[in-house]
Formats: sequence, structure tokens, C-alpha cells
Amino acid sequence: MADILDRLEGDDTFPKLLVRNAERFGSRVAMREKEYGVWQPFTWREVHEHVRDFSLGLVALGLSPGDKVAIIGDNRPEWIWSEIAVQGAGAASVGLYQDSNLTEVAYVIDHCDATFVVAEDQEQVDKILDMLEKLPKVRCVVYTDPRGLRNYRHPKLISFEAVEDKGRELGRARPGAWREGVERGNADQVAIVSYTSGTTGFPKGAMLTFRNLLSMALALGEVDPKRQDDEFVSFLPLAWIGEQMMSLSAALAVGFTVNFPEEPETVMENIREIGPDVMFAPPRIWENLTSTVQVKIMDTTPFKRLMYNACMPIGRRVAEFRFAKQPVPLGWRVLYRLAHWGLLRALKDRLGFTHLRSASTGGAALGPDVFRFFHAMGVPLKQIYGQTEISGISCIHRNGDIQFHTVGKPIPGTEVKIAPTGEILSRSPAVFAGYYKNDQATAEALEEGWLHSGDAGYLADDGHLVVIDRIKDVMQLADGTQFSPQFIENRLKFSPYVKEAVVVGKGRPYLTAMLNIDMGVVGKWAEKNRLSYTTYTDLSAKREVYDLVQRAVDQVNETLPAAARVKKFVLLYKELDADDEELTRTRKVRRGFVEERYRVVIEALYGDRGEVDIDTTIRFQDGKTARIQTTLVVRELESQGKAA
Amino acid sequence: MAILTVKHVILHFRGVTALSDVSFEVEPGALHSVIGPNGAGKTSLLNCISGVYRPQRGAIHFAGRDIARLSPASRTFLGIARTFQNIALFKGMTVLDNLLIGRHVHEQHGVLAGGLYWGAAKAEEIANREIVEDIVDFLEIQHIRKKVVGTLAYGLQKRVELARALALEPKLLLLDEPMAGMNAEEKEDMARFVLDINEDRGTTIVMIEHDMGVVMDISHRVTVLSFGEKIADGSPEEVQGDAAVQEAYLGQSQAQD
Repeated sequence: MADILDRLEGDDTFPKLLVRNAERFGSRVAMREKEYGVWQPFTWREVHEHVRDFSLGLVALGLSPGDKVAIIGDNRPEWIWSEIAVQGAGAASVGLYQDSNLTEVAYVIDHCDATFVVAEDQEQVDKILDMLEKLPKVRCVVYTDPRGLRNYRHPKLISFEAVEDKGRELGRARPGAWREGVERGNADQVAIVSYTSGTTGFPKGAMLTFRNLLSMALALGEVDPKRQDDEFVSFLPLAWIGEQMMSLSAALAVGFTVNFPEEPETVMENIREIGPDVMFAPPRIWENLTSTVQVKIMDTTPFKRLMYNACMPIGRRVAEFRFAKQPVPLGWRVLYRLAHWGLLRALKDRLGFTHLRSASTGGAALGPDVFRFFHAMGVPLKQIYGQTEISGISCIHRNGDIQFHTVGKPIPGTEVKIAPTGEILSRSPAVFAGYYKNDQATAEALEEGWLHSGDAGYLADDGHLVVIDRIKDVMQLADGTQFSPQFIENRLKFSPYVKEAVVVGKGRPYLTAMLNIDMGVVGKWAEKNRLSYTTYTDLSAKREVYDLVQRAVDQVNETLPAAARVKKFVLLYKELDADDEELTRTRKVRRGFVEERYRVVIEALYGDRGEVDIDTTIRFQDGKTARIQTTLVVRELESQGKAA
Repeated sequence: MAILTVKHVILHFRGVTALSDVSFEVEPGALHSVIGPNGAGKTSLLNCISGVYRPQRGAIHFAGRDIARLSPASRTFLGIARTFQNIALFKGMTVLDNLLIGRHVHEQHGVLAGGLYWGAAKAEEIANREIVEDIVDFLEIQHIRKKVVGTLAYGLQKRVELARALALEPKLLLLDEPMAGMNAEEKEDMARFVLDINEDRGTTIVMIEHDMGVVMDISHRVTVLSFGEKIADGSPEEVQGDAAVQEAYLGQSQAQD
């Protein structure tokens, strides 16, 4: 098989591709950042200059090939510049989630042996400086935003500009230094160490080479093409492999423009201004968009509501024809045209999706309703599947072949098979080089080039992959019935009122669920129904809210076999939160931890009292605590009671 | 030399004495807090400085000039800006428009030139927008830039009011209870903004505030009023240790109980 990297004609690392793009595209816009209310462009040439200067600056400060540099902050051009600069010096970059707390930050920085840390602003710098005593390997902390740092006099602290100045100095003294460094790089060099969130234990650092990252981007591009004049908005954590894939691998290989929002709060507005051609986001973003539209439609003028209610069903019907791979009858096509002009065009414009050609969701399952919603509108949303260890992606839906319950087919160059244990295995040039300083975990994950996903699944007859659950989460009830909690949780979460769900039942006589309501949607519902409430805890405890959620649970139960139905549930008094270690930073439930923390609640779910008194303290991100005292009601589902 | 000097100011409304012989000085670049129990005359004092009230006796010198008889507008032109205890914004206008109004004192061109949006007037408009955007960035209100002020949450409105005062590019900023009615997180944010304004922008600030934690944390100097009289003046540590201050506050809390 021909090496897919040959297509890059020797420019097989990020720094080489940047140099190529600067020469080839020069004054074309590589990045934009909204600042002071205006989109500020950076051309490929400018990006190259910043990266070159910063890279040489780090070298001047003592960065050596093989070192690691940790980067933490919101999505900004400087994040990307730092990463490529680090790689240009022969070192590897390690992205940290910007909302990580002190312990998480310190663990990763220490474990990856980072010698430099690039931190965005005061908030991030504070985290690092607080832990610096425990991080003797860190030589320098570079900050990009000086705001609030004027009185900081730490000897290890230096500004991004000051590093660039040092780089320019070195560049004058040794004019060829940057290019030589870039040329020394090769495809099999470790480009990033990506710490996976891990639903159990400490995070593991997956080492990914340029070959891994670029072969994945190129292979994906074959089935989901990106173009040079595409626009992309980078708003998900750059520490996440999905964002790395888009904002770096694909952007550098193809040369499209990456846009950075003004602030995290302005993302949706900024997406609308840019009108991206390409978008990749986890399910919660698509779900939020759907519920935002639905909530706004409730509030809008009667005429607009009428148009929405008249046109959306047409869109849905036409989407159904396409899902079923049937030709759309002429009559429906005419109606769809009318719906397009009457509503869909305006709706897409409102969301900033007018140009959206490549839209995908990954990381978890997305509800069929959300899929239908976007397809009805004419946004061709696709499911993606993969792990950090395979550079992000192994499977994707193809145009015109979308099935809700599958994650599509393997991308070119990727083989997928099912182990006798039912585990999904995959093999491709994108499979990682191993975990950093953890040979045991590497040996467990890699077997003769096959990556063990830890997911249970099967291949359907038409070649589509179906993912069931994490293998270790597939559980047995006391009577031997097998069930997948995640499968049920996802179905529960398809209800707009349920934000998070944890299904319990391992070794128990029946299944129960702990649910989080979606404050926005349920709050709106409560307002509409004149139900007054104060806090999340208060709203969650309302009998009416219990009734509302019960209807959603009943609906899900109807689709499940009798033994795998949820018999009792509670609405938790607080939202599960990554800061409390209940979720990973990519918002996956850490089952073991949650079951331990809510043991009292679980006992009540399997007891007879029907309620449980809670007296607990919760901790906020800044270390403050609040005490919660409440009585949690256990709701038993009647139909289930009779059946059991 | 002090940027603001208040000398023997006496203010009374008919029979009620609001301020009796209050004197204090504010150094350039200082963050100066005025505290005191309810009804101590703090807001009256601020009103005397900003020109809402004219004291019957006494002098107020700002940057070497007696301003006690000037109108509030002329004081604004001299470089004194303020925020109010009860937010005083144009509720029906957007955040941006409210801030651009704050730029009014610096505008050279008239209605006609501005309306035509041409030549130097256009350049001035653009320059003003840049300054306003800088403040928007500084106070982190990008996400509400085009929202109508009346629709915003209270804490955000407070921040917008502060932004408008900053748009004047004042030499002296008077803040009347900037943290009143805020939750702990909003207070923390506001305290950081006040500090940043003082340190990054070098603006002298006189602040009335009830939250003692915040006052003692960020102030350089504290003046304490009680029943219209100054009872203490000094660094936060000095004031905290002052017997008269403790009595004033303790007395009040006993009265409340």
C-alpha cells in the first residue's frame, strides 16, 4: 500500500507544513482571532514568523530536542503557535484542559517531564505558580496575556513577546537555525503527548507522532473532504484530540482558515459571524443547539412559530426519505424548496450553518431526534468514532449512508475487527506509539499493532460499526441478564430534560438511575407552567419535575426488555461535575467514583423508605464550599412495580 | 501633592447635618475607601465631590483647583467620573451605545459632522470606538456588547456602569458601593476589576463599600465616617485597630440586635 504521507511530498511534520504554507500561500489568511470586536487576521507568513521566533526563543532559553512543553489556555492563536514552535525545536507539546484544577495540572506537568509551560493568562499562571514547588523540572513559565500579571516578579515567569524577542536575537546570530531544526524533524517524531481523560485512575499520556496525526487527517479527508478556502471555528479544548485533528493536522495539511472566538461566552455568536464550512463537536454542543432553538421557538412571535411548525415536518419527512436511501418524490421536493425559503434558510443562517458542508459529532452517542433535527434543516451531520490512541478517528458515516445507531465505516487505511471477547480492535498508521512512561498500559492496549478500544461492539452486515458500551461496564443483573448501562443512559439523555444519567444495577436485583435535570430546559418548562423554584436543588426536588422526568423514563423503558428496565430513579440535588471528579474533562461519567460518592443514594434506591436525607458539602472550583441539606425522593415506576 | 483635597466640608439639609467638618486627602494613584455605618454621610460626601450637592462650607480641591462651586458637568470635563449606588444607565440602549455616550466629553465634532460621518469626524468616531472596545475587553463584557442594558442581570449592569465611567478616561473615579447586591463570585470579579483599573490604568479611585473584607483587602487608605464626622483615617491596619472605629461598628451591630 502506498504511504498516504507521500501526498505531502516530504513535508511530513507540522513545522515543515507551516513553512510550506508560508511559502505557498504567503499572504492568505491562516488564522483569525476576534479581538476588540473585530476579526483580526494573521496570514500564513505572519504565523510562520511568530512560530519561528517563539521556537528560537525557547531554544535560547534551553529547550532541547526530546523535551516536553505543556500548554494550557483557551483557544487562541498563541496556543497553536506554541505547539508548532515546540515541535520545530524537536520537542513535543502536551495540551492541558484549561479548566483542570491544581492537582490535575500538576500531575500531568510532572508526569510528562515538561521543562516549559505556556500558560494563557493570570488564572492559568496562578495554577502553575501555586504548584511550582512540586514541579522542579519546570524551568520557565511563559504567559501570553499580561493582564493582571504586572506585580508578578517570579524569576521563572516570562512573557510570550519576551521569548519572541530572544528568538529574533538568536535568529540574527544564527540565521539558518530555524530551518535546520525544521529539516531535522521527521514523521516518526513524537509530536504530542495527549493525556486521555480516563474514566478510571490517573490520566495516561498517549504519544502520537506526525505520521499518526497526518495520516489520520489525510485519510479522513478522503471521505470527508476539506478545502483550502474552508472556514473553521476552533472552540473546543485544544488539549482534546478532536480539536488537534481539525485545528492543526487538517488545517496545516489542507491550508484552511482557523478562527478563534473572542471569549468562551461568545462562541455561538462568533460561529454565526464566520459561517464555518467545517464543524466537529461532541454531542452536547449539538444537543444544546437543538434545545436552544426549541426554547426560542416557544418564545417567538406566533407567525414565526407557525412557520416553524409548518416547515420543520417537511424537512423531517424529506430527511426520512434520505435516511432510508429512497428517492425523494417530486411533491416533497417542491415542498422542501418552499420550506427552505420559508424557514430552513433563515434557521440555518441564525445558527451560522449556511455554509456548513462537513458537520460531525463524536465522543459519545447522539440522539436520533437531534440527528433528524439537523438533517431536516439540511445540515448533513455525521457520527464519528475513535480514540485518542488512534489520533482521534477510525470510523465515520459516509454521505448518503447515515444510520443513527451506528458510527459509520472505517476510514481508508483503517481496519476494524471484533475480538472474540466482543471488543472492538482497530489498526491503522494512526495508531499511537505507546503511553509515555507506562509500558504496561501500552502492552495492554496494543497487540500486534491492533489497538484495543475497551469498547464492546459489532460490525453490521453492511459494514457499519455499532458500539455498545465500555466492555468493563457491560453488567449482569443478579438473575444473569446482561445489560449496558451506557446504552440506557444515552437513551435517557435523549430526553431534553435529562442532562446526565447514571444507571446502576451491577449484581442488584433490578436497575435504577440517578439523573441530573437540564436546568435550562426544565427551568423554562417550570416558568411556562408557573412553577416557582429557587435553586437547582429546589427545582430537582419538585414533584412536578419528577412527573415530567418520569414520562421520559417510561418512554425509554418501553423500548427495553423487561429485565433491563429502570425501576426506580432519583433526581440528584447537584449536577455531576468534572471539578468534583465525577466526570472526566470530556464529560464522561466516572462510574466507580460516582457510585462510591452517592452510595447513600444508591442504598436508598434499593431500600424501602422511598426517600433519603442528604447532608453534604460541595466544593466549588475556587475552593469554596457550600452545605446542602435536603431530602431526596426515590420515585418508583408503577408499571414496573406491577411487572416485577 | 494630593490629587483631591476635601477641607472642612459642612453639608446640612435644613436642620439635619449630613457632613460636619470633614477633611481628607487622596494621593494620586491611590485606592481610597470611605466606610462607615448606614447614614454616616458616605454618599453625601461622594455627591459633594461629584457636584450633585454643594456643601455650605468648606473647599474641595481637585488637581490644584477649587471645584466646590462647579457644576457636575464641568467636573466631568475636568476628569471626575462616578458610578451610582442604584444603577443609572440608559436602559433602552445597548451596552456599546451607553459606553459611546461616555466618550461624549472627548468629542470635538458637532452633530452635523458626526451625522455625516465624514472626514475627521469619522476618524474621531473610529478612535472612540477603539477606546470603548478596549474597555469592553478590559471588563470582559464582549458577550453583551450589543445587548440592551435593561435586559441584563444586575451584576452585569453594574459592570457596564463601571465601563461607562471608564470611557470618560477619568483621572479620578468615584465608586458608590460597586459590590452591593452581588454574590460572592461577582464580588470577587468586581474587586479584581477595581484593582486592575487602579493598577493597570493608574486611575485614582475613591470607593464607598460595605464589604469590609474587600475594603481591607484592596484599599491603600481608608477614611471612616460616623454620623457625618470623620472618626479615623489611615491604612487598613491602622483603621482596623482604631478604638473609635470599633465602637462605631460595634455600637451599630448592638443596635441592630
